[in-house]
Amino acid sequence: MKKLTKMGAVSALSLIVGASAAFAENIKIAFIDPLSGPFASTGTNGLHQFEFAVEYMINDKGGVLDGQTMEVVGFDNKTSPKESLIQLQVAIDQGIRYIVQGNSSGVAHALTEAIDKHNRRNPDSRVLFLNYAAVDPALTNENCNFWHFRFDANADIKMDALTDVIAENQDIKDVYIIGQDYSFGKAVSAAANSMLKEKRPDIEVVGDELHPIGKVKDFTPYARKVVQSGADAVITGNWGADMLGLGKSIIENGFEGPIYTYYAAGSGMTAAFGESGKDRIRLIAQGAINPIGSEEARDLYNAFLKKYPEGNIDQSRIFNTIGMLSKAIEQAGTADDVVAVASQLEGMEYDSMWGGTLYMRPQDHQLIQDMHIAVHTNDDIEFDYDQSGFGVKNESTIEMASKDIATSCEMQRPDPS
Amino acid sequence: MDLILVNLIDGLVTGLLLFMLSAGLTLIFSMMGVLNFAHASFYMLGAYFAYQISLALGFWMGLLIAPLIVGVMGAGVERYGLRRVHQYGHVPELIFTFGLALLIEELVQFIWGKNQMAYSVPDVLNFTAFAISGNSIPAYKIFMIFISIAIFIGLLYVLTKTRVGMIIQAALSYPRTVEALGHNVPLIFMGVFGVGTALAGVAGVIAGPVLGTFPGMAFVLGSIVFVTIVIGGLGSLWGALVASLLIGWITTFAKSYNIAMSDILNGIGIVTPTDLEDNIFRDLWTVTSPQIADILPYILMVLILIFRPYGLFGKRAA
Repeated sequence: MKKLTKMGAVSALSLIVGASAAFAENIKIAFIDPLSGPFASTGTNGLHQFEFAVEYMINDKGGVLDGQTMEVVGFDNKTSPKESLIQLQVAIDQGIRYIVQGNSSGVAHALTEAIDKHNRRNPDSRVLFLNYAAVDPALTNENCNFWHFRFDANADIKMDALTDVIAENQDIKDVYIIGQDYSFGKAVSAAANSMLKEKRPDIEVVGDELHPIGKVKDFTPYARKVVQSGADAVITGNWGADMLGLGKSIIENGFEGPIYTYYAAGSGMTAAFGESGKDRIRLIAQGAINPIGSEEARDLYNAFLKKYPEGNIDQSRIFNTIGMLSKAIEQAGTADDVVAVASQLEGMEYDSMWGGTLYMRPQDHQLIQDMHIAVHTNDDIEFDYDQSGFGVKNESTIEMASKDIATSCEMQRPDPS
Repeated sequence: MDLILVNLIDGLVTGLLLFMLSAGLTLIFSMMGVLNFAHASFYMLGAYFAYQISLALGFWMGLLIAPLIVGVMGAGVERYGLRRVHQYGHVPELIFTFGLALLIEELVQFIWGKNQMAYSVPDVLNFTAFAISGNSIPAYKIFMIFISIAIFIGLLYVLTKTRVGMIIQAALSYPRTVEALGHNVPLIFMGVFGVGTALAGVAGVIAGPVLGTFPGMAFVLGSIVFVTIVIGGLGSLWGALVASLLIGWITTFAKSYNIAMSDILNGIGIVTPTDLEDNIFRDLWTVTSPQIADILPYILMVLILIFRPYGLFGKRAA
């Protein structure tokens, strides 16, 4: 009887070892973002870029840690925080240790809180949250935690760069701020107000309002108010269908000035704006597309176009995310111990193929990088978006934008074990 | 004052667009007693077909052909789908149309992808018709108004003044009697369903360039169409028109004027609490009309259902 138990224990043990060995061959990354609903296009394009990044940068080059491959698994959260938590649980149950998410800071808040709790309660199955696009500043300030890393510049950093450019343009006297009614839209508005006041006290904010996210059918009434206010420039943090609807409506209804945006490119938007948005729409982003950051990036983009002829690389930070993650795993020598990987990510300096050096600040896990203000145009475009001939061209660059920006984050690090 | 006029025009455009959708839906409802959940999906199909046709043959052919295709598809759905399900009662019919809506959305994503389509206003209409104190009214909006009004008048004429219209109206209320008189009632039903979906198709063709052509377009507009016909009274064409315009104007004006809830509450004599930051009603106090504009029609619907359950122009008792 004793022998039998022993044998059972041994076979069970070997099963576990076998299972973990099988798991170790493949590093899985859970992509939790909208793959259906009004923001499906933004989410799906992000997924394609992640899949391609993993394929091209890691797997085709022999993988990480002596040949382990990476795999991106898509989970549809329908942009809902509640749904995201369910998907997070599914991902954790499947043994996935790396979560990437970006669309909607509302979702990011829910995820980061849930992951913090999960990691404290389950030290054996801890996960890391690599946030590639949710830019509410609170995520690296009062709501920061050790498990969350942000690879995009937060709304304050972007606004800092954007207002630098606006402050230099003496033609702008009145500004209209409009955004989606949730944490990110409010953060954009607050940052724009305070930074404009500081840099150009003579600029008047003639309108500052929020509209429901993903529910507005017709933006005409909002556009009317913009025109009526006599604003010289519009600032908006809108994304997805809300960005296109607002932008088109503002231009159609007679607004003449520049529209400063965070996300008005790609996902069909560039083609839909076309000629009407030329030299009018500007966006603040990391990563240089036209002219492209490096030869390496040019090769990568061409390879991407070969696989997705209709695709765009409109979130080059996705490639930085994968690049930095694989470097951290390589340096840590393990993909299973996420504390070790996270410790490598902290303070990492990484040369991005999209230009400049990236620095992951240890105090708040906010990536510091070059920011670019680009304009929507069809002149001097090497890589257009949506096969439209139009694309984004750099107008100005702010190096290592806001690298000393203050943070209220009090990072709690897990005890070394 | 000028802005009021501009808003009236904008609201009219929104309202008439909504009318083209709700007119078909309300006709179909009075005919079959079933809400067609897939109605907004036919609107989306109209936009996508027109986009595809406009690539090859231009916008105008799209306007002509796309609604026809959508109408034929609608008739086909009635003939080979709904009619078979009909014998099992209303619930299976509801579920059928609901499934159809999901199916069409997936199909559209399968064929065209999830991105926004570059379906835009034709060059002939891409200019400013006139401007009212700096607010330009695009010519395309005027075109939308004319198309919608023409369709309404045409529909009203056919339904009330022609023999076909009289048979349809009779078939809607007394199908057995009409059948006994020797008319082909199933054919009439199929025709009405086809025309109703074709109307949704027209709405899609002309709304696609301004409201955006993307897989979520049916979802965004779907629920508001039901609200419209409930407010107007199920089955009433005039009700659909009045409710559509009402919703168009209410939402437009609510978005255009920043009416704050605190002003209203102060106006009726409630003083703003001093500790607003910690107050449990903080959200209520800080709400403004543009924030809630798009839910106002739903509030209106609830009120209508409470005080006049058969709608503004509805005949049948609920």
